[in-house]
Amino acid sequence: MAEIICGGFGGQGILTTGMILANIGVDEGLEVSWSPSYGSEMRGGTANCSVILSDDEVGSPKVTYPDYLVVMNLPALQKFEHSVRDNGAILIDSSIVPTDRAFPEALPVYAVEATQLAHEAGAPRGANVIMLGALIKISGLFSEDAARRGMNRFFERKGKNSPGNDDCFTLGYTRVYRVQ
Amino acid sequence: MAETRFMKGNEAIAEAAIRAGCRFYAGYPITPQSELLEYMGAHMEAAGGTFVQGESEVASISMVWGAACAGNRAMTSSSGPGFDLKQEGIAYLASYEAPAVVVSMMRYGIGGGDITAGQDSYLQAAKGGGNGDYRLLVLCPNSVQECVDFTYQAFDLAEKYRNVVLILGDGAVGQMMQNVVLPDYVEPNINRYDWVIKGRAAGEKKNKATNLNWYMGDRPWEAHIREKLHRMQEQEQRWESYLVEDAELVYVAIGVSSRVAKQAVKMGRAKGLKLGLIRPITAWPFPRKAFEAVNPDVKGYMVVEMSIAGQMLEDVYGATQFSKPAYCCCTGIDIPVAEDVLARAEQALRGELEPEVAL
Repeated sequence: MAEIICGGFGGQGILTTGMILANIGVDEGLEVSWSPSYGSEMRGGTANCSVILSDDEVGSPKVTYPDYLVVMNLPALQKFEHSVRDNGAILIDSSIVPTDRAFPEALPVYAVEATQLAHEAGAPRGANVIMLGALIKISGLFSEDAARRGMNRFFERKGKNSPGNDDCFTLGYTRVYRVQ
Repeated sequence: MAETRFMKGNEAIAEAAIRAGCRFYAGYPITPQSELLEYMGAHMEAAGGTFVQGESEVASISMVWGAACAGNRAMTSSSGPGFDLKQEGIAYLASYEAPAVVVSMMRYGIGGGDITAGQDSYLQAAKGGGNGDYRLLVLCPNSVQECVDFTYQAFDLAEKYRNVVLILGDGAVGQMMQNVVLPDYVEPNINRYDWVIKGRAAGEKKNKATNLNWYMGDRPWEAHIREKLHRMQEQEQRWESYLVEDAELVYVAIGVSSRVAKQAVKMGRAKGLKLGLIRPITAWPFPRKAFEAVNPDVKGYMVVEMSIAGQMLEDVYGATQFSKPAYCCCTGIDIPVAEDVLARAEQALRGELEPEVAL
C-alpha cells in the first residue's frame, strides 16, 4: 500500500512519527513493519525509520524507494529525496528545512512549519505529531478519524495520552501547504 | 483472546522465552541485540526468574551452563564477537548434554565487525563453533512472529534432544517491529527431569553434571552422540518453500534476505520469470529434503546472503550433490534490495554469471 521513510535529528521525535503511523496501520488491519536506522546508516546526522503498510506480506523491512519521504532536517532530505518513487511525495518541516531550494522536479513537495507551530502552541515536543497530521492530510493513507483513533491508542498504551496530541495533529492537518 | 503486541524482534524473543518458562537469563549487551537483554532486565524478575548482566559473555554463558544443569530453562543472547566468546561454554553444554537456548543476532563483518545487520555467522552457527563434533539445532526466524514462535518451541526442542538450540537471527529481524500474537505462559517444574543436579539427602543417588563420556565410556558415548545427531538430522529439517515446483531458478536464503528474496520471486513472477524460494528454517539440520520438491529441470540456485563470499553455498551444493549450478547474491553490509536480487537472477538465467565456487 505505501512505503514511508521518516528522517530527522535524534530527539525531534521523527522515529515516533513513524511508529505512530505503523500502529495506526496495525489497528486498521494492515501488514506493517517499522525499522529504525542505526550504526553506519546514521552517519551524516540523520535518524530515520522505514515504515511499510501493506495489504500483503511485507518483504524487506528496509524501504529503499519510498512513496512518502517525511523529513525534519536537511541531511535526511538530501539523503533520500532522489530515491522517492515517481508517484510519491515529499513532506518537510519548513521551519527547519529551507523551501527555497531545488527539489526533485517531478515530485510534489509539501511543507508544514512543524517545529515553529509546536513552539507557538506551547507543545515543543509535539512537532512530530504535527508532521503526522500533515502526512495524513497529504497522503490520505488513513481517514482523519482512523488516524486520530490510532494515534490516541498509541499514546494511551504508553500512558501519555493528552488532548495536546489531538491539537498538534489538527495543526498539521490544517496548516500543511504545497511548495511545489 | 490471544494477546497481540507491536514489538521488536529482540523484545519478542525475550517475551516468548519468559512465556515458555525461561527463568534464568544471563547476558552481556551488544548491538544489535541489546534490547533482548534490556527486556529481560525489565521483566524477568516479575516472572519470578533471575536476570544477570554478567561481567562478560564468557561469564554469562557459564552461568547459563550451571542453570541448565540444575534443570532451569536458561537463555543467553549475543551477536558477532560476543557470540564468539560464548563458543567455549556452548561446547561444554554440548559435552554435558545440558539443554539451553542461545540467541545470535548476526551483525556485519569479521572479528569485531560492525554493529549493523549481517549474516556472517552462518557457518559458525550451523557447523558448531566450539571444540568437538557437536551441532546446534539452529532455528532462523525471518519475522517478529517467528521470533516468538521459534523461541517458544526452542526450550522444548532443547530438552527433547538435550541439545543447545540456537535462535539465529540478524540485526534487521532483531530491530524490526511487527504485530505479534503471544502464546500462553508455562511454568515448568525445575525437577521434571531425572538428570538435574540438586541437593539430595544423604545416601540418595546423586547426579553429576560432567562430560558424558567420563561415565558412559568413550565408545558408547560416541555412538550415543552419533545416533542423536542423525535423529535430529532426520527429524528436524524445517523450511518454507515458495513456488519451487516449476521454478527455473530457486533462491535460497534465511532471515531478512529471505524476505527480500520472496519479494523478488513475486516481482519476477509478475514479469513471467519462473523464480522460487527455499527458506531454510533450520540452518542445522540443513533442509536437504526441501530440494526434492524442486523442478528437476531447474537451471540453478542462488544464495541471497549478507556475507562476503557466500556461507550457505556449500550447504546448497551439498543438498543438490553438485547436480546444479549455484550462484551468489552476496550483499555484504547492505540489506539486499528486491530489484537488485531480481536483476541478479535474470543475469544468471541469461547465462551471464559464472556459477559460484564454494570455498
